[in-house]
Amino acid sequence: MKAVSANSIKKIFNVEKSTVTALQGLSFDVEQGELFGVIGPDGAGKTTLFRILTTLMLAQEGSAQVDGFDVVKDFKEIRKRIGYMPGRFSLYQDLTVEENLSFFATLFNTSISANYDLVKDIYEHIEPFKYRRAGALSGGMKQKLALCCALIHRPTVLFLDEPTTGVDAVSRQEFWELLKNLQKQGITILVSTPYMDEASLCNRVALLQEGKLLDIDSPEGIIKKFKKPLWAIRSTKMFRLLQDLKKMDNVESCFPFGQEHHVTFKEVLNISSLEKELTALGHRDLKMNQIQATIEDSFMELMK
Amino acid sequence: MNVIEVENLSKHFGKFKAVDDISFNVSRGEIFGFLGANGAGKTTAMRMLCGLSLPTLGEARVAGFDLYKDAEQIKRNIGYMSQRFSLYDDLSIRENIRFYGGIYGLTNKQIKAKTESMLHHLNLEEEANKMVKSLPLGWKQKLAFSVSLLHDPQIVFLDEPTGGVDPITRREFWTMIYEASDKGTTVFVTTHYMDEAEYCSRVSIMVDGKIDALGTPLELKEKFDSPNMGDVFLKLARKAKRGDN
Repeated sequence: MKAVSANSIKKIFNVEKSTVTALQGLSFDVEQGELFGVIGPDGAGKTTLFRILTTLMLAQEGSAQVDGFDVVKDFKEIRKRIGYMPGRFSLYQDLTVEENLSFFATLFNTSISANYDLVKDIYEHIEPFKYRRAGALSGGMKQKLALCCALIHRPTVLFLDEPTTGVDAVSRQEFWELLKNLQKQGITILVSTPYMDEASLCNRVALLQEGKLLDIDSPEGIIKKFKKPLWAIRSTKMFRLLQDLKKMDNVESCFPFGQEHHVTFKEVLNISSLEKELTALGHRDLKMNQIQATIEDSFMELMK
Repeated sequence: MNVIEVENLSKHFGKFKAVDDISFNVSRGEIFGFLGANGAGKTTAMRMLCGLSLPTLGEARVAGFDLYKDAEQIKRNIGYMSQRFSLYDDLSIRENIRFYGGIYGLTNKQIKAKTESMLHHLNLEEEANKMVKSLPLGWKQKLAFSVSLLHDPQIVFLDEPTGGVDPITRREFWTMIYEASDKGTTVFVTTHYMDEAEYCSRVSIMVDGKIDALGTPLELKEKFDSPNMGDVFLKLARKAKRGDN
């Protein structure tokens, strides 16, 4: 049995007089125990997809099963089994940390002590503040409390909608370490994120753009499908270099990637002639290396 | 020429030193990356520089105006854009431009001319009368950036302008930042994308209310013996004692 199975899910929203197709017939499976990433920018359909799978919204077409249960017929059964952390903080701001956790445990007919082992690592970070009202917590602590509340009934499948959006690089890294530990305890995790660099931390990822799946594969698998030779080029004047490269006939695509530009060419590259050409344009300290694509390179290639 | 001069600036909330004695200058046309972990004090510092909150201690001049005496003048001479607040969803593109033009005291004639040139530049002429909420996020952010430059401010403050934006649009957005800086506009920008830190002329990294590092990306990478800015950031921000966790 798959942990999640989606078949041709389609969702259309009516916005005033026009319609917006949020999901254009998505099909995919998530294996049990997998850490599965749904990667895409805002507006790709990540939240809509999670709402349908967590039985909070109905699709117009298609079907889906979570833990073997149908999202429409068996929604009550699914709600008992899954954990869901929405993108927006949705705990009770005027209850304390401990009260929130105890409230969610009670809702699911369990207690904090019964499942404490599962949340212990995360709860320890916020336990010093257990008498503080949730509304008065900092962003990072709110996020950890929300994760505890989503886990306290020991769900089989955990849905995390953009848990790291707006979170700094250090806290993001910590959060992913928490997820890896949860995965070891046998929980299937679906996590959505707009950060392409987080893809490499998942077993498999679905790349989502405007309601369409661009690809589903392991991060390595996606990168392998990037067939064109990719070059990283830098010089002392990076913005000028970008403009100059974009003007060249043989350049197919050129995007800034941090300290270098990633470039693909229409025809086989003659490095020395390119170097000469760029030097003639006044570029100094040129460095050109052929590199392996990243998930972000692949995403942009697939967006075209 | 410096357009931002900050000397020993602090902001205390009771005993808590949100911003703790920071000093730096930003020169005209620079792209200044203002980085820090959540809770490091970036937002508090930025609010002071925009004339929205008074410092507890220290001095600062923004666009040539004193933070204590001329906060109103500062507001007139800066632009501001963030991911959370930018444009009015239920006004059309044209109405948003007209609204902000009015706020900044542009004449009708100026607003008209600016509207046409902006719509043309962004290739949004066909969409001009559509509600902003119907635009894809990336377009909205590009429009919001242009609107923040409507009154030709000396400095534009961008608070996580590219959060959640698709990777191609994110790069187009940075091209617009470069263009603004080429024209002499100073850009003060925060981001959680570490590749974007590499695009800045200089970067400061705040830790626990203080500026722990300041320099060009190249200088910082050499100083901290790091292959990229992401690594520099992690090395510094991991030391943070306070903040968000």
